[in-house]
Amino acid sequence: MGYSPDPGSWRNALTYISPYAFSAVGIGIAIGISVLGASWGIFITGSSLVGAAIKVPRITSKNLISVIFCEAVAIYGVIVAIILQTKLESVRMVDDRWTPDALRAGYSIFASGLIVGFANLVCGLCVGIIGSSCALSDAQNSTLFVKILVIEIFGSALGLFGVIVGIIMSSQAIFV
Amino acid sequence: MSMYGFEAMSFNIKDGFLEAIVRGYKAGLLSAIDYNNLCQCETLDDIKLQLSGTDYGNFLANEPSPLHTATIVEKCTQSLVSEFSYMRTQASEPLATFLDYVTYGHMIDNIVLIVSGTLHERDVQELLDKCHPLGMFDSIATLAVASNMRELYRLVLVDTPLAPYFAECVTSEDLDDMNIEIMRNTLYKAYLEDFYNFCKKLGGATATIMCDLLAYEADRRAINITINSIGTELTRDDRRKLFSHFGLLYPYGHEELAVCEDFDQVRAAMEKYPPYQSIFSKLQFGESQILDKAFYEAEVKACVLGYEQQFHYAVFFAYVRLKEQEIRNIMWISECVAQNQKARIHDGIVFIF
Repeated sequence: MGYSPDPGSWRNALTYISPYAFSAVGIGIAIGISVLGASWGIFITGSSLVGAAIKVPRITSKNLISVIFCEAVAIYGVIVAIILQTKLESVRMVDDRWTPDALRAGYSIFASGLIVGFANLVCGLCVGIIGSSCALSDAQNSTLFVKILVIEIFGSALGLFGVIVGIIMSSQAIFV
Repeated sequence: MSMYGFEAMSFNIKDGFLEAIVRGYKAGLLSAIDYNNLCQCETLDDIKLQLSGTDYGNFLANEPSPLHTATIVEKCTQSLVSEFSYMRTQASEPLATFLDYVTYGHMIDNIVLIVSGTLHERDVQELLDKCHPLGMFDSIATLAVASNMRELYRLVLVDTPLAPYFAECVTSEDLDDMNIEIMRNTLYKAYLEDFYNFCKKLGGATATIMCDLLAYEADRRAINITINSIGTELTRDDRRKLFSHFGLLYPYGHEELAVCEDFDQVRAAMEKYPPYQSIFSKLQFGESQILDKAFYEAEVKACVLGYEQQFHYAVFFAYVRLKEQEIRNIMWISECVAQNQKARIHDGIVFIF
């Protein structure tokens, strides 16, 4: 990959920025945005659950499942962040440049973090909204709980897709 | 406020808890089985016993025999008021304003009740007892001093939230029955339009569902104003001025209603509007008295449908309407039982589920 004579060009920006910077941001996004998704889901579910449980206390323990599903999304983020940070190795610049392999590793960790973070954000939202509906429906009619739970499980699988793709992506990250 | 379909992300921050609460209240409404049991009752004490297992139980528990229909209705209304004020105190904006809007209709009715009662020289305290508790405001007792609309506005109503609605009806004319009724409808018109615009501004599912419910309310009022003003001195133009400027009947239906001179002309005009055609088709020719019941039935159905969707404010409005209908049902049942008219008991009940 050639270097541009113009020091302010995009190409220079992308090749001179340390791959560790990209890795760090990627790992940060993986865990940060995942936790955002999880917490968003938990408050959507939680506020409905608390309100509905006043009239119908029996729904509380069953509907904790929805909160746990949201929590799982944060755990995916933690796991992927841990996996990603194990990929980091110390490499040196050669001739004042980052090696192509090191750049590739930095970008793949960054992309992996993005994928996992945003997949988990929307997954958390999805599970949270369904969980809220689940709590309200269960309070009205307890036979609906299991049916909505199935939908919720499919919703929480979305986050897992992000995790799988993120892990495959990060397996290409080898700092040399 | 929010884009349709995206309320789910932010609605629960402020209103998730109360939405769940109101759905819980709605689940406490009487079921068909409850109504069947109530219809079997022989005395008002039986009714109290039946209601003791429902949300009304606590409110009726300490009432000594002999019971009167008025006591039962009063206690049932108290249950509505206590639930409503719980929600009102918990609510943050804009739900708090929305809930205030829900009470303005009662406020208008209370003002009309006091003013027309004073006109007929009734005792103010007795009138205050008859007022709906949801429509009470601090200065309501002083309403009795006013002798014309301008005084009414300047002395009392300028401090209430209804003040802007009076813009159209402040005149120096003395108050009489006709004027008061026109005042009620002018106020209602301004109130409904204001509420409609407020809901529209809220956006999202709230706007969609509430605008439908309010449009129905506006249309029903237009039809009722037409039927009640047939054969009175109210001119066509004055009648048309009382119709709210929205709803399914606006504007062409209003033109047709304004010129109607008997009930069958109203029916003929409504044939063109499918929702109202189906209501009018339930009536035999000349049966205007059961029109009210048909309207209530359609309203209850629309309110119950509002609960099919989540993350919107219409559930709060629908809850108040459904509960009020339920109290009307209990009143009818109690009246029938108290007066030994059990054969007529099913004529007045509007089943909610």
